[in-house]
Amino acid sequence: MSPRRVVIRNQSAEANLFARRTFIAFAGVVLVLLILFGNIYTLQVESFEKYQTRSNSNRIKLLPVAPNRGLIYDRNGVLLADNKPVYSLEVIAEDVDDVKASIAQVSKLLDISADRQNKFFKSMKRKRRFKPVELHSRLSDQQVALFSVNQHKYPGIYVNARLKRYYPFSDLTTHNLGYVARINRKDANKLERAGKSENYAATYGIGKLGIEKYYEDMLHGTIGHQEVEINNQGRVIRTLSYTPPVPGKDLTLTLDIELQMIAKRALSGKRGAIVAMDPRTGGILAMYSNPSYDGNLFVHGISTKNYKKLLESKDLPLINRSVQSGYPPASTVKPFLALTGLEEKIVTPSTTIKDPGWYQLEGLPNKYRDWKPWGHGLVNLTRAIEQSCNIYFYDLAFKLGITKISTMMDRFGFGDYTGIDIHEENKAIMPSVAWKRERYNKSWYTGETLSVGIGQSFWTVTPLQLTQALTTLVNHGERKIPHLLKANSELIIESSGNAYHQITPIIYEPRAPLKLKDDSHWNVVLEAMHSTVQKFGATAHKPFKGSTYDASGKTGSAQVARLKQGEEYDAKTTSENKRDNAMFIAFAPFDTPEIVVAVAIENVAKGGGATNAAPVARQIMDQYFGDRVITSKKHNVNRKVHSAKTTASREAD
Amino acid sequence: MRSTGQEHQKTHTIWQRLHIDVPLLLGILTLLALGLFLVYSARGQETAYVYLKARSIGVALFGMFIVAQIPPLVYRKWAVPVFVLGLLMLVGVLLFGHVGKGAQRWLDLGFIKFQPSEIMKLIVPIMIAWFVSQENLPVKISTVILAFILVLLPTLLIAKQPDLGTSLLIASSGIFVIFLAGASWRLIGVCVGLASAFVPILWMFLMKPYQKQRVMTFLNPEQDPLGSGYHIIQSKIAIGSGGIEGKGWLQGTQSQLEFLPERHTDFIFSVFSEEFGLIGVAALLSVYLFVVMRGLWIAVNAQHAFTKLLAGSLTLTFFVYVFVNIGMVSGLLPVVGVPLPLVSFGGTSMVTLMLGFGILMAISTHRRFHV
Repeated sequence: MSPRRVVIRNQSAEANLFARRTFIAFAGVVLVLLILFGNIYTLQVESFEKYQTRSNSNRIKLLPVAPNRGLIYDRNGVLLADNKPVYSLEVIAEDVDDVKASIAQVSKLLDISADRQNKFFKSMKRKRRFKPVELHSRLSDQQVALFSVNQHKYPGIYVNARLKRYYPFSDLTTHNLGYVARINRKDANKLERAGKSENYAATYGIGKLGIEKYYEDMLHGTIGHQEVEINNQGRVIRTLSYTPPVPGKDLTLTLDIELQMIAKRALSGKRGAIVAMDPRTGGILAMYSNPSYDGNLFVHGISTKNYKKLLESKDLPLINRSVQSGYPPASTVKPFLALTGLEEKIVTPSTTIKDPGWYQLEGLPNKYRDWKPWGHGLVNLTRAIEQSCNIYFYDLAFKLGITKISTMMDRFGFGDYTGIDIHEENKAIMPSVAWKRERYNKSWYTGETLSVGIGQSFWTVTPLQLTQALTTLVNHGERKIPHLLKANSELIIESSGNAYHQITPIIYEPRAPLKLKDDSHWNVVLEAMHSTVQKFGATAHKPFKGSTYDASGKTGSAQVARLKQGEEYDAKTTSENKRDNAMFIAFAPFDTPEIVVAVAIENVAKGGGATNAAPVARQIMDQYFGDRVITSKKHNVNRKVHSAKTTASREAD
Repeated sequence: MRSTGQEHQKTHTIWQRLHIDVPLLLGILTLLALGLFLVYSARGQETAYVYLKARSIGVALFGMFIVAQIPPLVYRKWAVPVFVLGLLMLVGVLLFGHVGKGAQRWLDLGFIKFQPSEIMKLIVPIMIAWFVSQENLPVKISTVILAFILVLLPTLLIAKQPDLGTSLLIASSGIFVIFLAGASWRLIGVCVGLASAFVPILWMFLMKPYQKQRVMTFLNPEQDPLGSGYHIIQSKIAIGSGGIEGKGWLQGTQSQLEFLPERHTDFIFSVFSEEFGLIGVAALLSVYLFVVMRGLWIAVNAQHAFTKLLAGSLTLTFFVYVFVNIGMVSGLLPVVGVPLPLVSFGGTSMVTLMLGFGILMAISTHRRFHV
């Protein structure tokens, strides 16, 4: 009791007041609890789905799994493009006791440069401790073996294998297959626009050229996914589900790698290209451009030095001459021009002209000369092709005019894309009045028509275009689409667990055929090509002497440098890059052609098509036919009886 | 009937002699036990934290038991000197306090480091209850004003540390006494008005930038989802994704995969909601309601104005913890550091709360003490 003041308390009144206030407070507590509960109710019931989704997106990540790229085989099942493991050395910092010491030891063991070590320590700083960091990106087999033996000493350091593209034939197939290289920004944008970037989320490389690029969608396959649970650091806690990727389709090409090897050997030391095709299908048997380069260099990212070397090489190895180089076709197109003359009724098989060794347009001083100074005398169409008589074709071209020529040549596919299944293709040039007007804004000169008559002037062709045109010729107008892809095969896994390869041959619809008014004209021209090879003294007889498969063909030598009036050509005094190109087209056997070949060789030192290009075509055909002996049943040419009295002092052009 | 009645009387007296209020103890033990299970889940099933929590539960129960033995009369006697001592310590904290986590809360006496603000959570209601129970209830306006000043002194000293959560709890403990003492409604109205007028001053002069940031974040957490808004967003995701039935104990992905921050301390309610769902929340809130009801029952049945006011204030302050914590983790209130009482990991605040329950038990069991 306080002595200072005495309070007389009304206990019951106080108790009542307190009870009232307590009750109010209690009501407040209940109200607040209801508010809290109402709020939790809103979160857990009304917004449940929203928060469940957000909770899942917090913890569930889809890790993309790259599909294995389809393999590429040649027509006989030889592997041309493989996926080969590349070994890298990776470190997970948190699993290593003493990172510095371990890295030093491993580097000493595997002889890893200080440069790579510094790079490693730099990138380690940027990464989380449980994420792998690369110490070496391409270990040699020896390094892999050496490390594997010592692996137990270095927990947290391991060898990781990734599949990368490998081309076992290196430069032999690069121009056809192209190559796969790292997806760059441009590729990524393109994929984005096509809506394909999701499918490439885990993919390292993309086809950059050739078959690899053209059939990218077939080869790539479909991405798989690993659904994992992660924590707030991004560390994978466990795998929730796995959707395996679907591997890309394997491709079988029409190429025959052995023929391809022969082509390379035949062209070694030369600049040029060979295309060999099966005229029955349009399937390309060999297509080789020399010099070539190793596509494997690009798979791992080519060094600036090496790339510069390729870019700056005078021999232009990056150019696929088979489809990208436009060569003057020269005399190889004479059979097609002869056919045009027959079709337009300018000449008949028996029409003859007199060849004095030169041709002159009326009223003009220019003399157009034959390759043989004193001329061939009286020549008909067959003899004109056999001897590659320029005068005959000057006259023919003059009488046909450029428009009729270019219209017919368009139908053979000159001056247009062949439609081959690689993207690197050049249209080359089939000149016409309209073309010259558009290109040079000049009118057409008759003299140019004469040059066109011997496959010169503005006219250029790719070796593939020549092959295609010859195919149409030997097929009597039936046109095939040149192609490299023969079939694809896909791994099918049935729900029962059975797996098998489903092989789908690719069917190429033939193009609208080239129809002549008189079908007998085909044979006139083809027979002339046959005798060009088979007749003693004809321009292509020598290089095919002794061959057993009844070949036919036509030579050509193209002027690269324009000669002045009266000037004589001499390879020895002409600078290397202005020397003549040697051309040759051929097919065999005559009755039922199985192979057509076109050869172009640049700037030959001596001779022309017959001495330089025809032997190359022969090597291809020898390889193709092997020991087969084929004789023509259609005609029985007595090879010993012949009328050729002259031997060429200079190569036919 | 008689024998069972006697039996009942007898057990009642045993607990009475021990000065333990059984219903209150049961409620408290339920919450403490839940705390153990949740800390185990929230700490990624580490037992170390469970042992630590169990140890401080032991200490707290012992403290509660000791305090329960002291007749409430004693607090009344010592109210003024202890309050003055407390204020001096708060000033001491501001002058020589130990800095931790950006705030000055700890006083280092050489042999022990402690938070004077924690003790003030008990001293302030004792002091105010003593002060207003000097006279007949309802309180006069002059007494209310003086009482307010007495509350404001420690509140401001603690807010200056800065420790917004504790100063809030201390202010409410004093205000509850004044309210329960029958301050007139008109006066309450005026005070609410004054308090609202005080808000801009608080914002402009007293709040630290980080506290302002918390308020801004509270108003719009999505503004900075990976920075200041991260806590509250992850907490709401945890609660919301629990749904009605919850993901199950130890199955909460937000907590187990560590997306939720401060899982075992301030945000333990989010762990609970995620794993036990709306059903669990209803049960937990019921337990809290039960404890509050028991506390208020003790207050109403206390025999003296001082004990009534003290018991009422302690109980309501306990509820403020519940309200502020759940309100902040579910996005109703800005984030202030107030734990979920008895459940959160953290010894200091739990010991204080348990000492408060000791006082409640003393009030409940020491029926016949002299005024």
